[in-house]
Amino acid sequence: MAQVSSIAEEQASTLKTITLRIARYNPEHDDSSKFMEFNVSYEKWTTVLEAILDVKKHHDHSVAVRYSCRQATCGSCGMMINGKPKLACFTKISELNSNVITVEPMNNFPIIRDLAVKFERLFDTHQKIKPYLIRDDTELESDAKEFLQSPKELEQYIQFANCIKCGLCNSACPTMATDSSFVGPQALAQAYRYVADSRDKGKDSRLKIIDESHGIWRCHFAGSCSQVCPKGVDPAMGIQFLRGYLLGFRS
Amino acid sequence: MRESTIMKIHYGTALAAVALVAVHILMRLTMGFAESLEYENVLANYKFVPYAIMLELILVLLAVHGFNGLRVILLELKQGRIYEKAVSYGCLAAMIGLIAYGSRTIIMTNMGLV
Ligand code: HEM
Ligand code: SF4
Ligand code: FES
Repeated sequence: MAQVSSIAEEQASTLKTITLRIARYNPEHDDSSKFMEFNVSYEKWTTVLEAILDVKKHHDHSVAVRYSCRQATCGSCGMMINGKPKLACFTKISELNSNVITVEPMNNFPIIRDLAVKFERLFDTHQKIKPYLIRDDTELESDAKEFLQSPKELEQYIQFANCIKCGLCNSACPTMATDSSFVGPQALAQAYRYVADSRDKGKDSRLKIIDESHGIWRCHFAGSCSQVCPKGVDPAMGIQFLRGYLLGFRS
Repeated sequence: MRESTIMKIHYGTALAAVALVAVHILMRLTMGFAESLEYENVLANYKFVPYAIMLELILVLLAVHGFNGLRVILLELKQGRIYEKAVSYGCLAAMIGLIAYGSRTIIMTNMGLV
């Protein structure tokens, strides 16, 4: 019995709490967003998403947040955490080293409600760069053979294939903040992903799509996109490689 | 014009300007700064044909580079079909205007009309 109570005591003493500030905003009723504060307890492994879900479960179920996989795979839970765009399911409270954690909707995305934002622009720009292999033949027609690729050919684009379309890069990009027609780092990185794929034959059409007044040239090398990507994609590097094609340094 | 062509011109004019402005600064170092701005010396510069040609080139390079840069800034500031057309043609007109006015000064001085 004594042992049980000492375990309980130890647990109580290691249970820490933080203040979670959640931005609340409903464009239909509110003029501006305001913050609501909640005290949440956390363990070493508790993520920001878990803390928000804890608030929904125990304090206010009306907090709007989008999530699904809880393992940095679906790309749903991007938000501003203490001022930086991050995945809530991939950010532990303990790693933030702060007693106050502020969560806000991602910058450069229109707000649906609270932390949930609209992804239409990201999906549109992504679709615009033709995110699929383009070639005259298809796998079905060509003697049912796969399109073989050497490890070296794979290396050319594989890191860009890790993109989960979370939009953190677009949210960090300064050009996205003012240029509502800018194609954005996410779509540009994907344009490079397909252009650099040895199986793809759509290079010219993709380069043409991004070579316009709100295309690739509106990137000014800030590099914030690469800094915030949770999947190790380096959109800024992809953009420089694409520029290489357009300036004639690469073929 | 394709945006990549415009940007090649933008980077090209910047590089060429670095070289020519360097020569320009070296030429200016041949005398003191205040002396350099004296009326007779300025006139003499414009009358020295190779130097006048170089000044004219710098004028063209930096007008093209600067006004295209301004176009880029304005295009990113606000969007809209009519606004963007106005910005593009406005910057082009201002570029031509500045080059024309600067060239007029250089040519008239060179020919001794001032
Ligand atoms: C000779 C030295 C110069 C070099 C090497 C240079 C280089 C550049 C480069 C590489 C850019 C593109 C930056 C980007 O895309 O982010 C740029 C933009 C720009 N430049 Fe220059 N430039 C020079 C001089 C000038 C001068 C003298 C002016 C003014 C007349 C000027 C006005 C601009 C403007 C307004 C922009 C657009 C702003 C921007 O894109 O960030 N530049 N310059
Ligand atoms: S490049 Fe990275 S930050 Fe941008 S959408 Fe893809 S995974 Fe997210
Ligand atoms: S919930 Fe899927 S990425 Fe965070």
